[in-house]
Parts: sequence; structure tokens; C-alpha cells
Amino acid sequence: MKLVTISGPPSSGKTAILAGVIRSMIASGIKVGALKYDCLATDDDTLFRSLGVPVQTGLSGNLCPDHYFVSNIEECLDWGFRHGLDFLLSESAGLCNRCAPHIKGVLAVCVIDNLMGATTPKKIGPMLKYADIVVITKGDIVSQAEREVFAFQVRRANPKARIMHVNGITGQGAGELASQFLHAPETTCLDGSRLRFSMPAALCSYCLGETRIGMEHQLGNIKRIKLKEEPIS
Amino acid sequence: MNILERTMADLYENMPQVSLFLGDYGLDPLERGIPLGLWLESLPEEMYEDIGIDMRGLVENLEEYLLQQQMLQSGHLPAVEEITVIGGRDKGGNPEKVRLNLKRGSVTSIVGPTGSGKSRLLADIEWMAQCDTPTGRTILVNGEKPDPELRFSLEYKLVAQLSQNMNFVMDTTVAEFVAMHAESRMVDNIEGVVEEIVTQANQLAGEPFSTTTPVTSLSGGQSRALMIADTAFLSSSPVVLIDEIENAGIDRKRALSLLVRREKIVLMATHDPILALMAQQRMVIRNGGIHRVIKTTKREKENLAVLESFDNRLLALRTRLRNGELIEEVP
Repeated sequence: MKLVTISGPPSSGKTAILAGVIRSMIASGIKVGALKYDCLATDDDTLFRSLGVPVQTGLSGNLCPDHYFVSNIEECLDWGFRHGLDFLLSESAGLCNRCAPHIKGVLAVCVIDNLMGATTPKKIGPMLKYADIVVITKGDIVSQAEREVFAFQVRRANPKARIMHVNGITGQGAGELASQFLHAPETTCLDGSRLRFSMPAALCSYCLGETRIGMEHQLGNIKRIKLKEEPIS
Repeated sequence: MNILERTMADLYENMPQVSLFLGDYGLDPLERGIPLGLWLESLPEEMYEDIGIDMRGLVENLEEYLLQQQMLQSGHLPAVEEITVIGGRDKGGNPEKVRLNLKRGSVTSIVGPTGSGKSRLLADIEWMAQCDTPTGRTILVNGEKPDPELRFSLEYKLVAQLSQNMNFVMDTTVAEFVAMHAESRMVDNIEGVVEEIVTQANQLAGEPFSTTTPVTSLSGGQSRALMIADTAFLSSSPVVLIDEIENAGIDRKRALSLLVRREKIVLMATHDPILALMAQQRMVIRNGGIHRVIKTTKREKENLAVLESFDNRLLALRTRLRNGELIEEVP
């Protein structure tokens, strides 16, 4: 079975893109299943289910969804094997732009959209910088010039990735993206595999449920903002 | 000399791409006398955790980025002179008996009902399909099968698109906007190109705008004019797809002739008879396939003049309406 991790900022079009890929895979007789990791609530599983593919949804609740993903992906992989899938597509929302579900030896895809502005690619961390394929969406509503500039900025952030334009609404480009998934490596087991980049350390009192503000309540991994001293006029 | 052995001062002075690349990660050394490699090694591990990439990844990305920039400047990509579409089949599985040559500087209109397969045709051209898309079409570039790796090259994107839904979303002035595009295309004389594009766009737009106008406050016609002029001069794509040019605020004939002068292969999805007849040929799309290719006949060309006079009469009415006049007499 081939596992593919798909990540991207909220509302960038991940689900629409995956739906297009799934349709194209079904048309080619490929057995595909979907995993959807989200934080609070999701109804994307109904869309995937309506395409007639097996789906699992995981809600991380008050945990970081990417940390939740790593702790649960092996079980989901087993589920995929039990269903005899050829492809297991795992979608997760990158909420802080710093975590990434990308695993060494597993095809990694990042979905971002043209509306985010030209400087966005540099603001996105390992999710974009360690992806094998970067999918750019919403190209049908911005100017050609902005599309070209945006792709150029994406390339500066991740020069090694393949950059593809896919339209989530019409599905234009989804079949082409699916054809790239066919080259993904096989995944038999993830035990002992490694993430492509560490997830951020988040072990402070607030992770443990603290709500009070103030120095005395801050414990653990605390980092201070560096304010630039400028003369006050 | 290896880039890691060169000093920061040398790199920042002679290779501005390096400072742009490092700047994207918020990296800017205070000490410029130190070689890049040593400086990167001196940075603490927590710093790499913060920026979300390790030193090896950063160096690999920088080297790859510089390599691509170098290839872009040396213009190693083969120029596209002609694109050939070899028919596959329509949605019903019927063969498309077509071999269509699209030459630089030509205009082809595309007609057919919504959902008939216009987007698919464009997608096939953009992907340089080799019997590997649902239509089974094959695309040749300069009469040959293109290198499959070119599918992922940003500089070799075959199709640039201009459609009515498109808007500018960046918060910049016209000059900054065009300059940003020119920079990404590694153009030498940026100021000259900006001026040329704005002049040309103003010739297409009914109402003039300046280089300091914010792009988001341009009118529909002005936006379209700027998009067309910008695509004509700065887009690397040889094919330009225009999805219907509205008949307001822009000189459509001039817009087409600008693209033709810039040697673009113009494809125009339209149901406007004037635009359709301005093209040398038109493709009729039906049920997902190219149903027919019609060369614009001599009679049709003659009719174009008649249609244009209808159009001018309508335009005159529109002007009268705008001026607050009564339309009780129609010429």
C-alpha cells in the first residue's frame, strides 16, 4: 500500500483536491481510502464517503492535530491494510504552519493557495519546505502575473519540490496529480520511521491547561519575545 | 569556488539571490567577513528548530535554488515555435480526427457549450498530454514529444490564462506589481519594462491609469488591460488562453493584436461573433472532443465589418445612456 500525507493551511483546498484525486483513482480502478485529521469538527468525511471510498476521521480536540497524527498513523495504516487498499491518503490541517506530518520515505504533499499573498511561502515551515509535491490552488481567480510570482516564491522556499497547479472546483490538474502519486514509495510499516522534521516543542504550563496570565504561572519551555528598542519620540 | 567557502560580504554583494533566499528565513548575519559555511555552522540548533529546517536542508535548498536561477538566466529551455494537438477521443469514445497546428502569432477561437470540454483541452496542452489523460490526446512541441520533466518547469508552463473571474489580490501599486513580476522573470531593465507595459495597457483601457494607482482599485477594464499587457510582455508561456473579453472598457481588437505582435499563440474561448471571426480559425468543441476546425472564410471576414458596425451602434447607445440621454431614437 502507498501512503501519501497531504497537509496545508486551513481552507487552502486540500479536501477538494483530494476528492479530485480520488475520483481519478477510482476511474483507473485503484482502491483508495482516506484519512482526515482535524481539530474540532469536520464534515469532509461525508464528501469522501459520497465518493464511495472507506474513510476514517480523527479529531484531536485539545491536542495539536499534527502530534495527534503521529501518535495514530500506525493504527490507521493497519486499517488501510485490512481494507486491502492500494492507496491511503492522509489529510491533515496545518494550523500553526510549523508542524508537518511528512515522514521520510512517504510521499509528502503540501497544498497552498494563491490568495495567501506573495510572501506567504516563506511563512510556512516544514509542511511546505519538506514536501515532495507542492500543489497551488485557486489559480483561476488571481491574475496570471500573481500566479507566476507566487510559484516563483514557492520555489525559493522549496526548490526541490515539484510544483503543480490544480483547480479544486473544476478538478483541472487532479488527474495529473494522481498520476504523480503512482510513483510514491510503498509503505509496509512505519515503526522506526522518522518524521522529516521535528514538531515544535510545546511543553509549558499552558499546554497543561493553565489559563492564568503572569510570570508566576509560566513553567516549562517558555520563550520570550525580543522587542526591538527604538527611541520613543 | 564552493559557495560555502565564500564570505557573506562577497555573496551579498555579488549574488543578491543569496540574501533574498536567506532573508526568507529571517537570516541576516551581522558579521560579513565570515564564510557562509562557517556562519551557518555557528548558528545554534534551536535557531534551526525555530525556522523549521536543518542546516543540511537549508544548504541543499540554497544550492538547488541557485542552480535553477543560473539555468533560467542562461536560457537553456528550447523556444516553443509551434504546438500540435493530435486528437484522442470524446466522452463517448468516438475518435477525434484532428491534427491541429497552433503557430506563434496566430489566433484560434474555441466555441462550444459550457461543459463541452474546453478546460480539458487546455489542461491537455498545459500537461503536454502523451495519451495519458482521459481524452487520449497527444501534444507535440515543435513537432516532437517534449521531455516529460518539462511538465514541472515553471518557466516552461505552456499556458497563461486570462479569464473574467480573475482579480488582482496583491496590495501594491501598478509599478510595484509589474516590477515584482519582472524580477521573478529575471528581467534586466525592470524600469523600462514597467513603463512599456503601463503604456501599452493604457492604450487598451478606455480610461487611463498611472504607475502609482493601487492594482486593487483599477476598474474591470483597466485590470483586464493591465493583465493582457503584462502577459504579453512578461509571461513566459507561449500560449495565452483568453476566456471571453468583455466588451466594455477595453479595446479588444488592439488587445488581440498586441498578443499577436508579441508572438503568442492565442486561444480565445468566446461566443461573441466579433471575437470569433477575428480569429483565423475556430475549434468547435462538443461532448469533450474537438468536433470540427473551421477556417474563417472570406465571407465571414467581410461580415466582420458589418458586425463591427452593429457593435459600434450599440456602443454609441451605451455612451448616450451613460450621459443621461433618452434612447427614444435608435439609429
